[in-house]
Amino acid sequence: MEQFVSNFGLLLEFPVVNLKIVLDGIMIGALFALAAYGLALVWGVMNVKNLAQGDFVIGGGYICWWLTQMGVPALIGVPVAFILMAGIGWIIYILMIRPILDRDLFTTLLATFGLAIIMAQLLNLLFGSDTQSVDLGYDTLYFLDGFIDVPIAKLLGVLMAGALALGVILFMKFSRMGQAIRATAQDARAARVLGINTDKVYAFTWSLNAAICGAAGAIIVMVWVIQPFYGITHSVRAFVIVTAAGLGNLPGVIAAGLGIGVLEQYGAHIFGIGYQQAIAVILLLLVLIYRLSQQRRVRQSLR
Amino acid sequence: MSKKFYLYSALIAFIIVAPFAFPDFKTQLATVWLMIIVALTWDMTGGQMGYNSLGNITFYGTGMYVAAVVAIALVYDVGEYNNAFGGGIYVFTNQQYFLGLILGTVAAGLFCSLIAVVIGFITFGLRGPYFAIGTLGVAIAAGELVSNWDWVGGGQGIALPVFPGDYDVGKVMFYFLFAGTGVILFVFAKWLYSTRFGAAINAIRDDEEKAEAMGIHTLQYKLAAWAIAAFFVGVAGAISAFQLIHFEPLETAYQTINLGIFMVVCVLLGGAGTLWGPVVGAILFHVFKEVTWNYLLGWQWVALGALIVVTVVYFQGGVVGWVMDKYPQWFGLSRVAEDVSEDEQS
Repeated sequence: MEQFVSNFGLLLEFPVVNLKIVLDGIMIGALFALAAYGLALVWGVMNVKNLAQGDFVIGGGYICWWLTQMGVPALIGVPVAFILMAGIGWIIYILMIRPILDRDLFTTLLATFGLAIIMAQLLNLLFGSDTQSVDLGYDTLYFLDGFIDVPIAKLLGVLMAGALALGVILFMKFSRMGQAIRATAQDARAARVLGINTDKVYAFTWSLNAAICGAAGAIIVMVWVIQPFYGITHSVRAFVIVTAAGLGNLPGVIAAGLGIGVLEQYGAHIFGIGYQQAIAVILLLLVLIYRLSQQRRVRQSLR
Repeated sequence: MSKKFYLYSALIAFIIVAPFAFPDFKTQLATVWLMIIVALTWDMTGGQMGYNSLGNITFYGTGMYVAAVVAIALVYDVGEYNNAFGGGIYVFTNQQYFLGLILGTVAAGLFCSLIAVVIGFITFGLRGPYFAIGTLGVAIAAGELVSNWDWVGGGQGIALPVFPGDYDVGKVMFYFLFAGTGVILFVFAKWLYSTRFGAAINAIRDDEEKAEAMGIHTLQYKLAAWAIAAFFVGVAGAISAFQLIHFEPLETAYQTINLGIFMVVCVLLGGAGTLWGPVVGAILFHVFKEVTWNYLLGWQWVALGALIVVTVVYFQGGVVGWVMDKYPQWFGLSRVAEDVSEDEQS
C-alpha cells in the first residue's frame, strides 16, 4: 500500500513523468484501438462478439516474429501478417462462423472462446511459451534531459497503425465492398433484397477483421512483447474499448483506445506490472457498470 | 413400486458401491462428481434462466479460500500461517481438522451466496453476452486480486493440512463428500424446477420483459437462483480445497479457462435446460478429457477447444436434447408439443 502511495507521489513530484506515461500510453493505445476497430466491425456487421480477437493479434505477431527468425526484414512482416491472417480468418469463417451466424449471441461468444483456446494452444505448441519480441535496431530519441525517451520503433509503429487505420477507413468509405459492408450493417435483409451477397460480405468482414488484427499484432511484436497466452488480455481490452465507445463510433473507438492505453500505463506505474491484466478487466467492469447506469436512466424515464 | 423407483435405487446403489468397485479411480470419480455439481449449478442460471455466466468459477475459488481461511483461523493466525507456507510447525489435531472442514465448507457456501447476491446486484442488469463477459471479468479480476493478496498466500496459494488418517480412507471420504453434495443438489434442483420458482426462472429465460409485466420480480428471482448456484459451487470449492491440500489462485482456484469453461461445455454437451443434461454432459466430458489428457499429450488443449467449437457449432441440443428429439415418448412428450419439451420432462 505504501508503495502505491509513494509511486503516486512520484507522479506529483515529477510532472514530466506524467508526460512520459501519457506518451507511452498513446503509442500502445493506438494498437489497441486498431484491434478494437476490427471487433467493432464484426460486432456491428455480423453481430458476432469475437473472443478470439486477441488471439488473432497474437497470431499476427507470431507470423511476423517467425519471418524475422527466417531472416526476412521485420517491416515486411506487417503486410505478410495482414494477408496470411486474412486467409486464416476466411477458413475459420467457413468452418465455424457461418453455421452460427443466426444463433443466439452466447453461442457465438462460446464458439469464439473455443477458437481462442485452440489458437493460443497451437501457438504455444508451435513457438513455445516464452515471451518474444522483434528488435528493429533503431535508435531512441531523448527529450527533456533524457526524462522522456521515444524509441523510433514505437514511433514507426504508431505511424503504421495510423496508416492502416486510414486505409481501412477509406476502403470502407469509397470502395464497392466497403459500401456493401456498411449497407449490410444497417439492414442485412434490405441489403440482400438489393442484390448484395451478404454471405460474401460476412466472409469478407471476418477476414478483414482477422487481417487488421494480424497487422496490429505484427506491429505489437516490434514495439512490445507477445506470448501465446496474452491473447485474452487483448480481447478484454478490445471489448472495453468497443463497449465504452459504442458500435459504429470510430472517433470514440480511437479515443477509448488511446485512453485505455494511458490508463493502463498509469496503473502499471502505480500498482506495478503484476496488476496489468486485473486493471484491464476492472476497467471493463467499470465501463459495463457505467453503461448499465445509463440504461437504468433510460428505463426510469420510460416508466 | 414403479419402474422409476428401481432405477433410482440402482443408481444410488451404484454411487455408493462405485469407489469400492473401482478402487483405482476414487479421485477420478470424485472429480466427476465435482463436474456434475458445477454443471448442474451452471445450468440453473444458464440453461433454466437464460443467464449464461462465464464467472461461476468465482464462487469455486472463493469457496476454496473461505474454507481454507476459516479452517486455519480456527487454530492459527492466518497471515503468519501463510507466510510459513505450511511449514512443519503448524499441526492440526483430528478434531481441529474435521471442525475446520465442516465449518469451512458451510462458511464457504454461505459466503459465496452472499457475494453472488452482491455481484448479481451489479451484473444482472446486463443482458445476454454482456452478462457473460461481465461475469468473466469478475472471475478474472477476483483471481488477479487474490493472487496479489499476501494475507492469503499471494501467488503461492495456501497449503492446507493433510487428511489425518489413512490416505485411501481420505480419498473415499472426499468421494462421498462430493457425491453427497451432488445428490442433494440433484434432488433439490429436481424439486426446485417443479415449483413456481422453476416456472418463474424459465419465464425469465423465455421473455424477461413479459415475465416482469406478469408481475414476477425478476431481479429477486435471478438473485435467488444465482445465490443457490453459488452456494453449491462454494461448497464444492471448499471440499476441493481440502482434497487438493495445496491450491494456488490462478491455476487452481480461479481457473477461469479450465473449470470455468468446462462447466459450460459440460452443460452444452449434455443439453442445456434439462435436468439430466448437465449430469450426462459432465460424465461424458470428464471421460473425453481424461482420454485426451492421457493419449494426446501436448495436444489435449487443442482437442478440448475443438470439442467446445464442435459442440457449440454443430451439436447445439446436446446429448439429452438429441435423445429427447429422437425419442420424445421416453420423456412423456409427443413429437408435436415442442414448446413444452423443456418444462415437462422429469
